[in-house]
Amino acid sequence: MSERPAPVLRAEGLVKTHHGEGAPAHAVRGVGLRVRRGEFVAVTGPSGAGKSTLLHLLGGLQRPDSGSVWLDGECADGWSEARWAVERRKRIGIVFQFFNLVSNLSVADNVELPALLAGVSPKRARAEREELLGELGLAGKERSLPGELSGGEQQRVALARALVNHPPLLLADEPAGSLDSKGTREVMRLLSRFHGRGQTIVLVTHDARLASAADRVISFFDGRIADDADLDDTLSRRAGISGVLEFKD
Amino acid sequence: MRLPLLALLARGPAHGYELKQDLEQLLGSAYPQPNVGQVYVTLGRLEKQGLIEGEDVEQSSRPNKKVYHLTDTGRAALRAWFEEPEDEPRVRDEFFMKLALAPQTGLADQIALINKQRRQYLNTMRQLSKLAAAEDRDNRIAQLLIEGAMLHLQADLDWLERCQEELEELE
Repeated sequence: MSERPAPVLRAEGLVKTHHGEGAPAHAVRGVGLRVRRGEFVAVTGPSGAGKSTLLHLLGGLQRPDSGSVWLDGECADGWSEARWAVERRKRIGIVFQFFNLVSNLSVADNVELPALLAGVSPKRARAEREELLGELGLAGKERSLPGELSGGEQQRVALARALVNHPPLLLADEPAGSLDSKGTREVMRLLSRFHGRGQTIVLVTHDARLASAADRVISFFDGRIADDADLDDTLSRRAGISGVLEFKD
Repeated sequence: MRLPLLALLARGPAHGYELKQDLEQLLGSAYPQPNVGQVYVTLGRLEKQGLIEGEDVEQSSRPNKKVYHLTDTGRAALRAWFEEPEDEPRVRDEFFMKLALAPQTGLADQIALINKQRRQYLNTMRQLSKLAAAEDRDNRIAQLLIEGAMLHLQADLDWLERCQEELEELE
């Protein structure tokens, strides 16, 4: 019997409580999940349900009170901050709602920086950057500062930065949360394109349109997984779709 | 599709197959292709009601085709159509009834009903996304049709989320 490959991402029993002013907020209350290689998983739910906290736990940006995370079968329990920082350059790419670009660095430098920090040669970093920016329709913007770009463009730069080291896993936290509907469609199209080439993606969003680009949707309520559904891949005109598009009479 | 066919005839006379093609071109692949039989049946009905009139045109080496034009009554019906706003879309009554009545029956769980309904909507949403990607990006009417359907579904999904929040608190 051949062993099945370890999931790209696995979590068991994750718990995280925020202790601020007032009553403690139980953001994540016992969550387990597995993400297979090549899967595109969306986590949706109302704001305040804890889905962003969950993503932060998965990317090591916050530590769980209890429970564990595995990347490619390797348990991250004992990892230091420094180790997580390295993994976030090599194994995990992250995009955020507000882009988090370095405002006084050019677009080109923003994208090349994580490659250089990961030990890639300057020549190779530049080649990767050129390819990604070209692919994302940003050729000619290399010398711009992030503040000179539209929100949609900044998010594309952030996507290029997240993917420059070819991480096996891409985490996206409300990547269209501060974009207009055109920017949202663009992000959706790009995520679908990278997914089509085999990129594993975990996307947190409250936008069902964005979530519907995924193959699997996890509904997150009150710190827990309420439902975990594989979406149908066949294009049928039977059930819902004709009802929402068809003439009466 | 009575009124849409009348509207297409407002430009000038046309035969049934032309009308079917015009509709397809306007609404794009997103729209379920109108069945040509359905177009002819509807045209027959419109003629009987005096809204259009058909005229047989001879064709060499083919059967006659019937070319229709709009009558004054038809034009008035079309004006009245444009004059009136349409009813609001309605909350899905049948699902709401299931949700409202489930607890008394002991046969279904409300949260399970919500989850099942959400899966259905998400699948439809996914199919709409695929349609939008497959449809010609320059066909604005078709793209707007799909976007409208997606926004309606988004609202339905938001409402399911509200139901879940409220009903889970009671548990």
